Amino acid sequence: MEPIIPILILCLPLLGFLVLGLLGPKMSHKAAGWYGVLSIGTVMVLAYITAITYFFSGAPEFILDGTRLQYVVFNQDWLNFYKDLTIRIGFLLDPISALMLVVITTISFCVHLYSLGYMEGEKGFQRYYAFLQLFSFSMLGLVVATNIFQMYIFWELVGASSYLLIGFYYQRPSAVSASKKAFIVTRFADLGFLIGILILSYYTGTFNFTDLTGSVLANGSSVNNLITPGVVASLKFGGASFMGCSLLTWALVLIFMGGMGKSAMLPLHIWLPDAMEGPTPVSALIHAATMVVAGVYLVARLFPLYLMEEAALLFITVVGAITAFYAAVVACTQVDIKRVLAFSTISQIAFMMVSLGVARPEIHEGLGYMASMFHLFTHAMFKALLFLGAGALIHAVHSNDYTAMGGLRKYMPITHITFLIGCLAIAGIPPFSGFFSKDEILSACYENNFIWGAWMSMVAGLTAFYMFRLYYLIFWWDEPDYGHHKPHDAPWPMSLPLIFLALVSCVAGFIPFGEFVTWNGEPYHIHINWVGVAIPSIVIAVLAIALATFMYRKKNPLPDKVAKATGALWTAAHHRFYWDEIYMFITHKIIFNLICKPIAWFDRHIIDGTMDGLAWCAQRLSITIRPLQSGNVQSYVYVYLFGALLLGGVTAAVVLL
Amino acid sequence: MEIKLLYYLVPSLIMFCCGLYGFLTRKNMIAMLISLELMLNAVDINFTVINRYIFPDSKEGMIFTLFAIAIAAAETALAIAIIINLYRVTKKVETDEASQLKG
Repeated sequence: MEPIIPILILCLPLLGFLVLGLLGPKMSHKAAGWYGVLSIGTVMVLAYITAITYFFSGAPEFILDGTRLQYVVFNQDWLNFYKDLTIRIGFLLDPISALMLVVITTISFCVHLYSLGYMEGEKGFQRYYAFLQLFSFSMLGLVVATNIFQMYIFWELVGASSYLLIGFYYQRPSAVSASKKAFIVTRFADLGFLIGILILSYYTGTFNFTDLTGSVLANGSSVNNLITPGVVASLKFGGASFMGCSLLTWALVLIFMGGMGKSAMLPLHIWLPDAMEGPTPVSALIHAATMVVAGVYLVARLFPLYLMEEAALLFITVVGAITAFYAAVVACTQVDIKRVLAFSTISQIAFMMVSLGVARPEIHEGLGYMASMFHLFTHAMFKALLFLGAGALIHAVHSNDYTAMGGLRKYMPITHITFLIGCLAIAGIPPFSGFFSKDEILSACYENNFIWGAWMSMVAGLTAFYMFRLYYLIFWWDEPDYGHHKPHDAPWPMSLPLIFLALVSCVAGFIPFGEFVTWNGEPYHIHINWVGVAIPSIVIAVLAIALATFMYRKKNPLPDKVAKATGALWTAAHHRFYWDEIYMFITHKIIFNLICKPIAWFDRHIIDGTMDGLAWCAQRLSITIRPLQSGNVQSYVYVYLFGALLLGGVTAAVVLL
Repeated sequence: MEIKLLYYLVPSLIMFCCGLYGFLTRKNMIAMLISLELMLNAVDINFTVINRYIFPDSKEGMIFTLFAIAIAAAETALAIAIIINLYRVTKKVETDEASQLKG
């Protein structure tokens, strides 16, 4: 494959960022917006060509005996420190990176187009498009990374561009603090990621994904008895261990910590709900479809390594399962519709994590991995749809809270239908896409352990409930007084992406996903376990939707009664189980008071005091000796004469004696 | 009567001491400059006579003397210029009066 298309995929968004960033103020809004849309549209076409070439061309470098291979398009030396430490920048093509290319460019294109309408007339329109281009560039660079260090660099770029986008309305203090929060929390997690990278590459002597994971794959499915020499042997780190766990486990858990930060897993999830301060299309792009799945992608990328350490996989499963449940419960009580969607995102990402965590090669040939990537794909589409729909609603009623909405189905039919499709997809109702991917995840969970399966089924039920609660509260319930300006459907640049994504959400489930993306490249034939998994999960979802219908379809006092009856639990969930308060307590009360203040005192009094003391001594000394330098020549001559006589006397004494 | 080295050195010493005394005690800069010239001339005498009596074959002492006279002339011209300029500004030529620039 010629490297020109991959290079263009990376360079066009970067060029777009530079052009819009430098020349943007001189461009009209229309020109800047359409330039951004065309730029990302071209990238989308190129990414489609790349993915189609990879999946369907059947060329021997892509597929061998039915097994899909990792293919390095180019791998250029970038930072050449010395022989053993060279950081390369390249383009790795394999099933998941090709998948991510499609997902990212599609969503990014939809968001670019949608923003033409949503951000119309906003101050800083060109800046907004420049940031969108920067974000697309960094995200694309992240998914095609050939080595873990390139991934890390783009990972940080993604963090920086999401900081810029969340803080887009920088005059608003809440947006500023939200962007800082997102940046600091993910940065804190990235510390773990970096340490993990360092441990891993120190012992294996390589950054390359193909070296790290390829040799594990080369061992076939028998990953449990590793005998080949080379990287795999060094991966065991000579049996080195730290605090009772092997160093490989530590490295993998620390790398996963970076993923926890980006993918908003408990307890590092606190930035994501606040990040809704950014413009809504940004939420769709970053906080639904692309950046937050970077953590899932990271684990998937290193999945063969994770398979070597079941402890790390168990950790992922537990974190994911707890997060999924937590976020689903919180989502049931939020008022701000974007926050509901944010928590539902956290919950769905946790689904993907659990799916990766329960995946084992001996269970249905690593079904969980495939299911996770499948869900990543479908979730990206329907969650972007939901966010963009929410953006259209917010655009129409100028409020983020469902209390300002209600009965909107009459006024906004397109938004209504597409939002409903999104809700059905996320709730897991066939034939919408979410059903298929969630079903695969649930069967992977049940195959691993009944507990995981039951737990995740319950969360899936909660998902259906809170999504339809949201749906009914927005589109049914009671109609507030909208005044003279009745809300209406958005203009075509905003409606078109909604319709497109809704169509994708309707049909994406029928893609034979297992033929394309599996953990070891061998095709997997999806078969739905109707009796064991699918029917029960449909029943659960339908029951949950029925409950939501009963509670929220028409205005009634029942929801208030339920809230009163559950009392403390409802309040706690409404306050997101006080995580922010816990963080505030830990940082302000404990860290600031017990660590920072003594250190500040030490700095102010001991370190500064030493320096001040030295300066004071020097000053006193100079004041004391200052009269000597009187400027009076004659006094100098006296001293000189005295010195000369003394020297003469000494010399004479030495000579004579 | 033979003229010895000492006959030169004693007057030059007296001259030097006079110059030193004048330099240390005068406040008038012109007087200080004259005293400085006295000391320089005493040194010049020393150079020539020591060269003449102790190292009669070499010429360094003579050359140094000529050199010192030339330098002294230049230095005096410079000093006189400074003093005259100072006088124009302050109408005084006493050392302890010229202290406006002192910090």
